[in-house]
Formats: sequence, C-alpha cells, structure tokens
Amino acid sequence: MQSDAIVIGAGTVGAAVAYGLARRGLSVLVLDGDDGDYRAARANFGLVWLQGKGMNMPAYQQLTRRSVDLWPEFDAELSALTGIDLQYEHDGGLAFCFGEDGFEQRRLHLQRLHNQLGSEDPDHEMLDRGTLEKLAPKVRFGADVSGASFGRRDGHANPLKLLAALHAGILRHGGVLRSHSAVDKIVPGTQGFTIEIQGGDRFSATRLVIAAGLGSATLAEQVGLHVPLRPQRGQVLVTERVDPLLPLPASGLRQTREGTLMIGATQEETGFNTTTTSEAAAHLGHKTVRLVPALAELTLVRHWAGLRVMTPDSYPVYVQSPTYPGAFVTLCHSGVTLASTHATVIPDAIIAGRLPSILDPFHHRRFDVPKAA
Amino acid sequence: MFRKLHEPEGAITVYVDGIAASAEPGESIAAVLLRAAPHWSRTTPVTQSKRAPYCMMGVCFECLAIVDGIASVQTCLTLVRDGMRIERQHGKRSLSA
Ligand SMILES: Cc1cc2nc3c(=O)[nH]c(=O)nc-3n(C[C@H](O)[C@H](O)[C@H](O)COP(=O)(O)OP(=O)(O)OC[C@H]3O[C@@H](n4cnc5c(N)ncnc54)[C@H](O)[C@@H]3O)c2cc1C
Ligand code: FES
Repeated sequence: MQSDAIVIGAGTVGAAVAYGLARRGLSVLVLDGDDGDYRAARANFGLVWLQGKGMNMPAYQQLTRRSVDLWPEFDAELSALTGIDLQYEHDGGLAFCFGEDGFEQRRLHLQRLHNQLGSEDPDHEMLDRGTLEKLAPKVRFGADVSGASFGRRDGHANPLKLLAALHAGILRHGGVLRSHSAVDKIVPGTQGFTIEIQGGDRFSATRLVIAAGLGSATLAEQVGLHVPLRPQRGQVLVTERVDPLLPLPASGLRQTREGTLMIGATQEETGFNTTTTSEAAAHLGHKTVRLVPALAELTLVRHWAGLRVMTPDSYPVYVQSPTYPGAFVTLCHSGVTLASTHATVIPDAIIAGRLPSILDPFHHRRFDVPKAA
Repeated sequence: MFRKLHEPEGAITVYVDGIAASAEPGESIAAVLLRAAPHWSRTTPVTQSKRAPYCMMGVCFECLAIVDGIASVQTCLTLVRDGMRIERQHGKRSLSA
C-alpha cells in the first residue's frame, strides 16, 4: 500500500499531525500499537495550558502561547467535523499559592518568564486571597492558601474526547488508522520509505512522521536521528462527581464537565513503571485537602499512573532527518496543549518539506552540545 | 419488590429518609434499600436516572446512599447498625466546601 504520508503512533501527537495532513488532502496511513504500549494520551490531565511553562526557553513559551491561541478555531472545526464535543473551556486558569513565600515565589517565577518573553502584556496576574475567594465563591479555601496566579490564556478540555475526535477526523478526511500495527523496521529508499510492521506487512509513503511517544527513540535511530528520551511518571486521582464547585481549572486540580475532580499529577523519575503508589495518593490527597479542606469528604473512584514523554530539557523535539529528508520526528510532553499546532503548523511544514525557523530551537541537536564539567 | 424469607431474630431499626425500617443484624444497607419502597435508592449525577443496588458486591456503584451524613457510601459493602440514618442520594453531591 502506498500513501502520501505514514504517521507512526496515534496518540494525541501522532493523531493531531495525521489529522492535519489528511485535512490538507494527503492520503495518510496511521500505524499504531496497542494497549500494551505506554500511552500518555490515555493518562493525561487535560489542561490546555500556558502559565508557568518555558523557563529559559522563550521559544517554548511562544509556541505554547500560539498553540493556546489556535485552540478555539481548532476545537470549533474538529467538533463540527466529527460531532464530538471536546468540552473545551478557555476562561483562564489558576495556580494556587500557599503562604506568603509561595505567593512571592510564584509571582517572581511568572515575572521572570514574562521578562524572557519580551515586551508584550503579561498573560497573568496575581490574585490575593480576597480576590480569589470572590472568583470562586463556592470554595472555602484552607487557612494557608495565600492566593493564586491567574493565567488568562489557560483552559482545559476532555483529553479522551480530543483523542477520539482526532481519530474520527482522520477517517473523515479519508485517512486510514491501523491499530495493533507496531512498526518494526523503517527502510529508507530513493522514493520514500518502506515500513514493516510486526507480522511482516509492508507499507510505503513518500513522507514519514515518527510520533510514537516513548516508542520513538528506536524508530528515530533508523532514520539516523538520535533522540534521547525518558519516561516521567505522573499519577492522577479522580473523585466522585460533585456539583460544580471550581469555576476554573487549576494546575493540579480541575473539575470536569460531568463533575469529577481530577487531582494530580506527580512528577516521578521511576523509569518504565506505571504502577500506582499509596505514597503518591497520600501526597496528592494531603495537598488537595490543604487547599480545600472539605474535599476530604469526597470518595476517590480512580487512581492511575501514566508516563510523560520527556526529553533531557523537557521541551519538544521537531526535526527532519538530514540523512533521509521526508522523515520527521515529533515529540513533546504537552500534547493536548500543542494539539492545535500539531494539526496545522507541523503538517504544513511536513508538506513543504522544511520546518519553519520558529521551530529551529526544537531541533534535537541542542542535546549534543558537550556539557562543561 | 423484595422481602425477607424468614423472620429476622433480634431485628433492629434503621431509618430510610426518616421512615423506620426493620433490619437484621449482619445484613447490608443495600438489602434494606431493596425492601424499602420506592425501591430505587439514588439518581445519577449527570442524567438523574433512578438506580438501585445491583451487583451487591462492590463493583457497580449503583447502591450509593448517604449514611449517617456521609454521602456516596457503597451500601452493599456496609452493614446495618441500630438507629442508622440512611438517605437516598439525589444527583451530584453538593459540597459545602
Ligand atoms: C499524568 C500525565 C498528565 C498529563 N497532563 C497533560 C496536560 O494536562 N496537558 C497536556 O497538554 N499534556 C499533558 N500530558 C502529556 C500528554 O498526555 C502527552 O503529551 C501526549 O499524550 C503525548 O502523546 P504522544 O502521542 O506523543 O504519546 P502517546 O500517547 O504515548 O502515544 C504514542 C503512541 O505510539 C504508539 N506506538 C509506540 N511504539 C510504536 C511502534 N513501534 N509502532 C507503532 N506505534 C507505536 C503507542 O501505541 C501509542 O498509541 C500529560 C501526561 C501525563 C502522563
Ligand atoms: S450494588 Fe454494586 S457496588 Fe453496591
């Protein structure tokens, strides 16, 4: 089977790129693994988020900012096409602060980020406790909550609906999605790439996108790209459904449209291990009850762990193979937030055969710089 | 809908939405709810449809009720106690947070 493009991986990243390519009229084949794989797209928190991100990497702040701004149009088009409501809301988001020190640290952190970005109006403001209480009148905050930072570009969506909609969108635009098709071998040729999946079936295409999450490193080697990747575990708790309580999502606590509260997520360097731990549940529970004591009454109904796709500096990798032009690697740890970029800017670049200069800072060669001792 | 096949020994009294109901020591609250008209014991948080205890073994979460002021208790996993106050649970819980 011959296609214009093959995308390896149908998680949030691969599915968004494939949707964007199909939307531009290419014939697209998506080859995905199965539930035995590590699948961040099925474990994440659902924030479409800017505030606090991108320290010492202004290009990442810019990319995230642009992506968040592209989300309303991306959401409108995708939900109209597929009939799937992504439950996207973008009325802003909060990061709560404990104690005067915590408030001051947060203020300085966001101020530094703002300075690194340049002269534009700040995307955030600091809210003292009184202002926060007015903003969230149904919430009685714990005694040492000193306030919050408010990011006006922040929002959230249902990440599983997003994934389902991207898959539906690929099909609607004539793309083909194959699961249980783990790619074993990539053979670059003169006219493009031949891809062999487990079981021996072969497919070819002129363009190739490797977006297989944590499975990407070994695939990238086959097109001459050495991309260092590591898993970072994130654990999430989910409560029973309650009446609307939180008017806005917060980093670490958000209420879904159906009423559940999601609590998370830990950041743990525990390798390829997706077990949940009672230590993490206790830590997350404690933090949440310190924030809103009455939440102690709630019943927890779920607890899971997923692995983030992490590069050494945590920022994305967008790169085209210099040895085998036409082969691209797309990797990141905020695939929900960046989905709107992955469905537009990245497919345009893949079709043009050249990544735009705004993505230069995301070349993985930045990891090759020898570190001073 | 359901009734006891035998006369319980040493019956105790619990209250379902304030109405006294006879219960047997050692049985679950869900068993009492299944005997108490109108037989449904909660409504769902999203569509408000009526539910009653179903699996009786802790997996379906249909049997949730407010027990002595604590909401969303799985009543099939909780045994009756004399004087217990059980309330049917309507829709989403509201937190006085
Ligand atoms: C706890 C947690 C919370 C998070 N919260 C947020 C958040 O709030 N906001 C946000 O923007 N992001 C968040 N993320 C990140 C987001 O989930 C990821 O960025 C995104 O899902 C990554 O998607 P992916 O497609 O790269 O990887 P994955 O979802 O892991 O998908 C990779 C796919 O590739 C397939 N695959 C692997 N190897 C092969 C192979 N050889 N051949 C074919 N297919 C293969 C797998 O089957 C899988 O389907 C969170 C992540 C975690 C773990
Ligand atoms: S009846 Fe199923 S959990 Fe109680």
